[in-house]
Amino acid sequence: MRQKTQMKGWGGVSEMGEQRLSEDLEQGSMGMPLSRGLGRSYGDSSLAGTATPKAICTVLADRILSFEESTGLLCAEAGLSLYELNRIFLPRCFFVPVTPGTQFVTLGGMVASDVHGKNHHVAGCFGEHVLQLRLRLGDGRIVVCSETENPDLFRATIGGMGLTGHILEVTFRMQKIPTPWIYQESEQVPNLDKMLAALSDAAEHFPMTMAWIDCLKKGDGMGRGVIFRGRWATREEAPKQSPKPKFRLSVPFQFPSWAMAEPVVRMFNAAIYHTHVPKVKKGIVSPESFFYPLDAIRDWNRIYGKNGFTQHQAVLPATGGHAAVRRFLELLTSLSAASFLCVIKDCGEQGKGLLSFPMRGTSIAIDLPMRDDTQAHIDRLNEAVIREGGRIYLTKDALTSAQDFAAMEPRLSAFQHMRDVWDPERKLHSAQSIRLFGDRP
Amino acid sequence: MNIVLLGATKGMGRALARLCAENGDRLFLLGRDAEDLERSQADLSARSGAASVVGRALCDLEQTETFQTALAQAKQTLGHVDAVVVTAALFGTQEELEADSVLTERVLRTNFVNTVLFCEAAKRVLLAQGGGILCVFGSVAGDRARKKVVLYGASKAGLAAYLEGLDYKHHADGLRVICVRPGFVKTGMTAGLSPPPFAGEPEHVAKEVRAALLHPRPVVYTPQIWQWVMLAIDHLPKAVMRRLHF
Repeated sequence: MRQKTQMKGWGGVSEMGEQRLSEDLEQGSMGMPLSRGLGRSYGDSSLAGTATPKAICTVLADRILSFEESTGLLCAEAGLSLYELNRIFLPRCFFVPVTPGTQFVTLGGMVASDVHGKNHHVAGCFGEHVLQLRLRLGDGRIVVCSETENPDLFRATIGGMGLTGHILEVTFRMQKIPTPWIYQESEQVPNLDKMLAALSDAAEHFPMTMAWIDCLKKGDGMGRGVIFRGRWATREEAPKQSPKPKFRLSVPFQFPSWAMAEPVVRMFNAAIYHTHVPKVKKGIVSPESFFYPLDAIRDWNRIYGKNGFTQHQAVLPATGGHAAVRRFLELLTSLSAASFLCVIKDCGEQGKGLLSFPMRGTSIAIDLPMRDDTQAHIDRLNEAVIREGGRIYLTKDALTSAQDFAAMEPRLSAFQHMRDVWDPERKLHSAQSIRLFGDRP
Repeated sequence: MNIVLLGATKGMGRALARLCAENGDRLFLLGRDAEDLERSQADLSARSGAASVVGRALCDLEQTETFQTALAQAKQTLGHVDAVVVTAALFGTQEELEADSVLTERVLRTNFVNTVLFCEAAKRVLLAQGGGILCVFGSVAGDRARKKVVLYGASKAGLAAYLEGLDYKHHADGLRVICVRPGFVKTGMTAGLSPPPFAGEPEHVAKEVRAALLHPRPVVYTPQIWQWVMLAIDHLPKAVMRRLHF
């Protein structure tokens, strides 16, 4: 008898079920409805959602199967974590072509979410750098897909939330970097117009950009925040040795719910903004502190208490211009939905993934504590997203309604058609696909 | 160090092999699945950035006739063998074993009879070259009998007794015997069991075992805290052991 394990999304949604752990994904994925990695997607996309939930957890399947120094080509089992990749390859001056904001994700998860990062405006999503995938389909067959072999399946799997097949192996190209250090500039920006201008200006000169904004500030100062821009440091700038892994603090218990109450967050946000002195800071920092500031605190999700939190990340198309972003932020600040993490970033072109999130425009992400009114807030934000012609990031989502999702996602029917071809019986599904794609529970 | 590993494709063996490879050791892998060995060889070499694995050979703890050839091949490839490490074993929960006498026999035979036979063969290789380290993974389950590990624990207790005797007999000949006794470690083997307090990670075990390979001692509890946990359990009266459910 296998014991029931609690499977959890990062925001706190959970279910009790059978989580199979195996070094052998080929065997372990047999008959399973879903693969899950490190459980870092915020909502319910890594949960099975059925009456008797089952999932194969990939983290023990973490072998590197080949690495070519001359080309950077790397093939690995899907459970390999980005943390391990960084530990092994940063000192050798190789880095993943695209990294999300945490390194506690698996390769399989990076493909399924088609993750994007600070360099989206130049490098696109992770999927752009994937050459080949090995999958176990819903009917049990194992197939290889790439741009030349089963290309339709390949494109549907990139950003396909694990619904087209269990990802067993990933082949992608690592990027050669001059040094394992980052040259970073950060600058205090007083309002939204200046912020958007600063982001597009930074995109011209830096391969990595993003900004944090104080989303509780209304009026003239709305959209104030700190912009971060960076690039890999040159050999002349960088220290001789590789960066040391940081000591990680941990949040030892669930915080009480008032810890994220509005006055606390308001003070916190103002403090972050005003303590950024001097106005422009420049320096050499480790990739860890540049890409993964939140990884410095283990289990940081516990600050939201036992009710947990969700994230709303949407991209508004560039065609709407600054006005669209302004309208969205006005709505956001009027909701006064306390968030101390509000991240804004300008995205490049839409990628090859059939359901991939980013498109040319501005992405805005906010964390919301789970409260009675959170659903209403998400619905209002989604209403605005639909009006602006934008869309949301499934990896962060827990509360969007099927109706809203269909309204903002014209690509949904093409994706469902792909599932009709490769998994007509919908043997593969998740709690999220039941909620949003109409799969049977 | 030149190390022969039996069971390096999974769990604690995999973590140990990775640590050794990253520290520049030369490894020879033994295992029962050719493809699995090949994948681990690729993994270890990619991680170390060098050809850490100098060879591999088929060796199955359930098939005693494979032992000698495999060890001879390892010896020939490595030249001098500094250490032979055995992490391979079979596991079954008490319920699974009680329900299946065939599985029970397999576990007892593999973990005790065949592991001892493998150690005998490895011992001969090491003694012939003037000594070396024989590092074998037992379990804290072999320290004190418990309700949940009656059969598995017995196989590991027998193995521990053998290793202790081997140390007494051949210490003077240069043989260094290490009996590693892991507590509960989160691996594929223990997946599905709910981890008790002090459950360890394979990477942590790997660090402590590699340190023991550099400075051998007869018994290594890992994670180290299990030495004290077991000290406490060893002193529980029989009447208490009958009542406890672990």
